[in-house]
Amino acid sequence: MNNRNDRDTNQQLEAMRKLLKTAVPPVTATEPPRDLWPQMLRRLEAAPAPVPWWDWALLAAATAVFLFFPGTIPALLYHL
Amino acid sequence: MDLAQRFVAGDLDAFETLFREHQRGVYRWILRIVRDHAAAEDLTVEAFWRMYRARARFDPSGNCGAWLHRIAVNVALDHLRHAKRQTTLPEDLPAELAPDSAVQRETRLAIQRALAQLSPRLRVIVQLGLVEDEPYDEIATALGISPNAVKVRMFRAVRLLRKILLEAGITP
Repeated sequence: MNNRNDRDTNQQLEAMRKLLKTAVPPVTATEPPRDLWPQMLRRLEAAPAPVPWWDWALLAAATAVFLFFPGTIPALLYHL
Repeated sequence: MDLAQRFVAGDLDAFETLFREHQRGVYRWILRIVRDHAAAEDLTVEAFWRMYRARARFDPSGNCGAWLHRIAVNVALDHLRHAKRQTTLPEDLPAELAPDSAVQRETRLAIQRALAQLSPRLRVIVQLGLVEDEPYDEIATALGISPNAVKVRMFRAVRLLRKILLEAGITP
């Protein structure tokens, strides 16, 4: 029974593969038309890295800890 | 210090070396998902930009290529999600299909529309697996899922496609 199901599924896959290829040809030219490094450099120069949200979250959490438990500050300084 | 370690430390020359080493592979993956040369160029740069931003989280002993391919596929998927309203596939790529009658053209458009109706995460599996004949394990690595999950998504996608096509009067 399972073998028959597998065979049916594989036949469906193959039929779909053939049908799709009649409408959507595989991509053949897969090389970038030019060197993209200059574009990359422009991007690096244009956009300074934004601070990720988790860094802000970490900062907020640390601030909250120091505010509510000021006793942790000397302990932290000692371990630094 | 090896190349990956220098990259993690923020060395721009190391990043350029990695970029030149991997830009073809990244562009190729992205192009086969978005099927648009101009978009693939921009998204390749976007993928490397994300890689550069996330370099501190990269383990230099890990597989840089696999990590980058996952970033590239995610970038391409984000692009598909934003272009979700599009009802047919981009026509930017040169058509390699033989000239055909109006009826065949209609059928082809209906198939393209059906494919475009799939969610991006199913569409990418169909395009890479059935159109580009990419092996399941490579798709799995690029998507960061198991080959079995690729199979499951493929079956679900084909079932959905069959349903959409049957509704459009096309028997797969």
